Amino acid sequence: MTDAAGPKPGLAAAGAVTPAEVEPIPLDEPTGSQWRDVWRQFRSHRGAMAGLMVFGVILLAVLIGPWLWPYDPTETDIRARNTRWIFACLALPWGEVGSCFLDPASSGLKASWTHPFGTDQLGRDLLARLMGGGRVSMAVGVAAMALALVLGTAVGVAAGYFRRVDGLLMRFTDLFLALPLLPLLLVAVLLFRDQLNAALGPEYGIFVLIVFGIGITSWMPTARIVRGDVLALKEREFILAARAVGTRDGGMIARHVLPNVLSPIMVSATLGIATAIITESALSFLGLGFPPDFPTWGRLLFDGVDYLQSYPERVVWPGLAISLTVLAVNYIGDGLRDALDPRLRGR
Amino acid sequence: MNIKATLLGAAATGLALSGAAAAQTGERGRDGELRIIYWQAPSIMNPFLSGGTKDVEAASLVLEPLARYDASGEIVPWLVEEVPTVENGGISEDLTQITWNITPGLTWSDGTPFTSADVAFTYEYCTDPEGGCAQVTKFEGVESVETPDDLTVVVNFAQPTPFPYGPFVAVESPILQAAQFEDCVGAAAPSCTEENYNPIGTGPFVVTEFRPNDVITFEANENFRTEGQPAFQTVTFKGGGDATAAGRAVMETGEFDYAWNLQLAPEVIAQMEAGGLGTAVAGFGPLVERIMLNNTNPDPSLGPDERSVVRPHPFLSIPEVYQAMSMAIDRPLLVEIGYGQAGRVTCNWVPAPEIYASTSMTCDEQDMEGAKALLDGADIVDRDGDGVRETPEGVPLSILYQTSTNAVRQDFQALIKEWWEELGLEVELRNVDSSVFFGGDPGSPDTFQKFYADVEMYANTFNGTDPQSYLGNGLCDEAPTPATQWQGENIARFCMEEYDALHAELLQTAETEERARIARELNDMIVQNGGMIPLVHRGRLSAHANDLGGVDLNVWDSELWNVAEWHRTGE
Amino acid sequence: MLTYTIRRIGIAIPTLILIALTIFLLLELAPGDPMAQVPLTVPAEVKQQMRLALGLGEPLPLRFWKWSVQVFWIEPQVFVDWLTRDSWLLGWLPDTNLYDGRLRVISWQTRGPVFDIIVQRLPQTLWVVGLAYVVGVLIAIPIGIISAYRQYSWFDNAGTFVSMIGFSVPPFFSGVLVIVIFSVQLGWFPSIYDTTHRVTDWDSFVLQFKQMIMPVMVLALQTTAQISRYMRASMLDNFGQDYVRTARAKGLRERSVVLVHVLRNSMIPVVTVVALGVPAIFGGAIITEQVFKVNGIGQLFITALQANDLPMVLTVAFIFAVLIIVFNLIADLLYGILDPRIRYD
Repeated sequence: MTDAAGPKPGLAAAGAVTPAEVEPIPLDEPTGSQWRDVWRQFRSHRGAMAGLMVFGVILLAVLIGPWLWPYDPTETDIRARNTRWIFACLALPWGEVGSCFLDPASSGLKASWTHPFGTDQLGRDLLARLMGGGRVSMAVGVAAMALALVLGTAVGVAAGYFRRVDGLLMRFTDLFLALPLLPLLLVAVLLFRDQLNAALGPEYGIFVLIVFGIGITSWMPTARIVRGDVLALKEREFILAARAVGTRDGGMIARHVLPNVLSPIMVSATLGIATAIITESALSFLGLGFPPDFPTWGRLLFDGVDYLQSYPERVVWPGLAISLTVLAVNYIGDGLRDALDPRLRGR
Repeated sequence: MNIKATLLGAAATGLALSGAAAAQTGERGRDGELRIIYWQAPSIMNPFLSGGTKDVEAASLVLEPLARYDASGEIVPWLVEEVPTVENGGISEDLTQITWNITPGLTWSDGTPFTSADVAFTYEYCTDPEGGCAQVTKFEGVESVETPDDLTVVVNFAQPTPFPYGPFVAVESPILQAAQFEDCVGAAAPSCTEENYNPIGTGPFVVTEFRPNDVITFEANENFRTEGQPAFQTVTFKGGGDATAAGRAVMETGEFDYAWNLQLAPEVIAQMEAGGLGTAVAGFGPLVERIMLNNTNPDPSLGPDERSVVRPHPFLSIPEVYQAMSMAIDRPLLVEIGYGQAGRVTCNWVPAPEIYASTSMTCDEQDMEGAKALLDGADIVDRDGDGVRETPEGVPLSILYQTSTNAVRQDFQALIKEWWEELGLEVELRNVDSSVFFGGDPGSPDTFQKFYADVEMYANTFNGTDPQSYLGNGLCDEAPTPATQWQGENIARFCMEEYDALHAELLQTAETEERARIARELNDMIVQNGGMIPLVHRGRLSAHANDLGGVDLNVWDSELWNVAEWHRTGE
Repeated sequence: MLTYTIRRIGIAIPTLILIALTIFLLLELAPGDPMAQVPLTVPAEVKQQMRLALGLGEPLPLRFWKWSVQVFWIEPQVFVDWLTRDSWLLGWLPDTNLYDGRLRVISWQTRGPVFDIIVQRLPQTLWVVGLAYVVGVLIAIPIGIISAYRQYSWFDNAGTFVSMIGFSVPPFFSGVLVIVIFSVQLGWFPSIYDTTHRVTDWDSFVLQFKQMIMPVMVLALQTTAQISRYMRASMLDNFGQDYVRTARAKGLRERSVVLVHVLRNSMIPVVTVVALGVPAIFGGAIITEQVFKVNGIGQLFITALQANDLPMVLTVAFIFAVLIIVFNLIADLLYGILDPRIRYD
């Protein structure tokens, strides 16, 4: 291949740049200060810091919240069922809003401070369910995303970098793209549920199964995207230069290839969390997910949709929780990407 | 808001009006288009090849039986002059023969005459061993169908049959046109796509286009027997989506006139009715939501072939245990939460028709203290301080409670789990995708037939008004086992000699009152001896637009049984 | 490039057979029963007879063989017959009459030929899902470009916010929300899609537009969110490259730097995502179709799956696999056009 093959002056110009200039990470200066640099860069990214904070708050709420809040997410209280959330007071005429907030019962509204977020049709506290459900949803979202990301990146990099395995790996990817998720999970449940239940207990067993199921069926787009980028990257000058100085494949991938395909990976990660949380809700709806009395955000949202008109809070909260988590992860990803890009660092 | 209030008033008057609908007359097709929505889409128009309610009911617009059940569960003549009985000589004295006299002058929608040959052909079509006919039980015990002349059909039974209204009666057993289906018998049945999608019938409508699992369009049958019927020129029969959307389309946006089987939470229905364009109507057949009690030991350590064969269950065989479990349930609350106006409290396995419904048991009040006392009295107490009671042998009352995936069932599970845990039981819940749960795949451990759990919840019913074969589901040899490839309807694997003997007596009895007495006794026997815990008598809830007249919800036959009489009320 | 294409097509055939076999075995292994939706009032023996009538009693290899023959030999005959008989393209040719009435791929649930039903479902799927995809991509690419060019401007932030919300709210919620607002409260659009509607004049076009707008928008939101994110990320990567600096230094107009050089070099991940999305159009949008009752291929697939209608599921999944392979091949070829340094041979 020659640079002249590039039909546009821009491309040809790119070819003229010396490899050393583009070298993303200095070859021989190990890491300590480098990570401090990354962190400094990350901190200066306002969106990323805000995202990190929101994510932290949600994480704390779902981890510690259930310890502090007196209600259990699965505990039913029939007398208190269909309680509105406390801000339903705002819909009353102006004069009554104040008294409603002080004593909701007196205003004729079924709302109370004992269940500030309201309850569902069985009288289960919505706040407790949100916090309990958040644990599961965030764990599933992050774990399944991580699994998909690792698998997708590994397959993508391998296929893009090593021509010998490209064909095989991509046909394998095609196969997985074509497999319908539902029967795949049904088979997985059939084959592994009892073993996993016996080994890990019913809840962790099903958790592993769901994370595995979602992870194994959502890595393919990442793999194809990463491969596409690697194919282009591989022919770039700095890679050729690095190879010329004798960098081995392992070092090449870790130092030169991966950092340069980070952007699409980050995007896949953010989108992946949202997909995993929503897929989990679809699975519990189909009876393949967690036991029925086990709340998750996706499931709360799904169950709430029928009550959209009379009890909007039942969909607003879980919907908001999912959106906020995804937004936060997105901004963290943005910040991380900027921080890891040496060309932007210190700009 | 004002408009809504007025419309709400209109809804109330609409209800009263449906009774006065008989006055409507006029020419055929005067009311334009009727729009029906079934949230499960029909996939075929031949009820013999699909047992699904959605398909059978869609086909009922076109295909008709000789006689059918009306909304009150009475058999009424449809294509015949009268319903044969022993009194009018239509049924032979020895109960082995029934003779139907077809109304003269009937024609198919293509104009050809409707004859007894078509009826006899239908029998042959369904009983062909290679055809895989879903309604073959309708013809159980039939020895032959004879056609002495064009208008007479004689059905001969091999044995005396006290209730001979199986063949050619009700929506599941309509008549096919012999000329059309001639080449579709047996193994050829599935490949007759054109015939299965566009059957020729005697009903008020004719298929113009059938799109499987999507939408069917019909046109009024120009050769329909009653002058001035049907009132609608075309029918659009949309399928797909979910019950919420179907209810919304009738009651809130007014896009459709009739929505079928709205299994929705009562608050949701109430909120939709407030939309003011439609009304929900309920009807009660024999459908009962129940908890089946496993009479065998489902212990996983027993291995797949022993599990669910070895008797007895380690603790569900103790009468105090299942009695206490039943007493701890607050049935009125379950009805209120799950079904609203489409549910009633029941303690019976056969809650309808009226004469078969036992009145000997009551269960409309929760009695937690009584239940606890009952267990204490039987020395089933918490021996090791873990909050779970143990039997005197030291077996903890730990229950795996499974059901199919369905929002209402999961709510029930959550509530019942809480009550049982208060009683001192340990409860683990499981829900299984309904296509697996109700599917008979012998490879799956999660089917309801295998019942690898201690208790399981689902609903069941029977067709028509005679519970004889339904009561047969309590017989010892009906239990599904590995030896029978898990075939059999006795899901609880209930087994009691007295029950088998009494059921045998029912088979020999012809007199209605006596049959009803035996049936009630069988019902009590199975409920009181640990076969099941009935929970809710479930009705069918459908909704119709306020300006649609003539709707008379029929749970014994097709909901669309009298569609020929439906009309616009002009409101 | 040509040899590469030919080689890939050559490999595609065994790959497809392998995929078909895998899906077949997966469906066989999965618990579930085509009789699951038959009511409990039908006894088990009858259900067993119905299963046998569907051919379920035959051994696995035989059933797979039969399906293969039907798909690869009999259905093409039907297709060729149709081409020479009814199609406007080749209808002038003499009728071929290849099809001799042997059994086609028959759906268990509907007892009708699977391919006829798929053809019946294509118009609404292409109209709604396809249009949504086109709309989504057309909106996403400019948003991605502007977002990257003006990183962290208000436009970028708003774009990020809206697209992330759009992506994280599942259609089973957003669909119902727009129905409640636009159909129930405002009464502007129908909540139920009429698949029998035909566009013949202006009024029927308006009606078609009205019934399409909600599902198209709900779906387009998802596509836009996804593609604009990849577009933005990839553009950002390229803006940092040295060739951009060089191009600017050479005095090229900013417009051509961004829209020609950067855009072209940023298209690789976007092409991948778009190519992955096109077969998905055929696959339909399972949830959105369900919410708006569009009854396209997505709804067909999910109902068939729930009813364990094996021939239908297998055939739809197989066509899906063919499209995936074709479009991934197209994507790979496009890589070479976008970046001539990428070579496969």
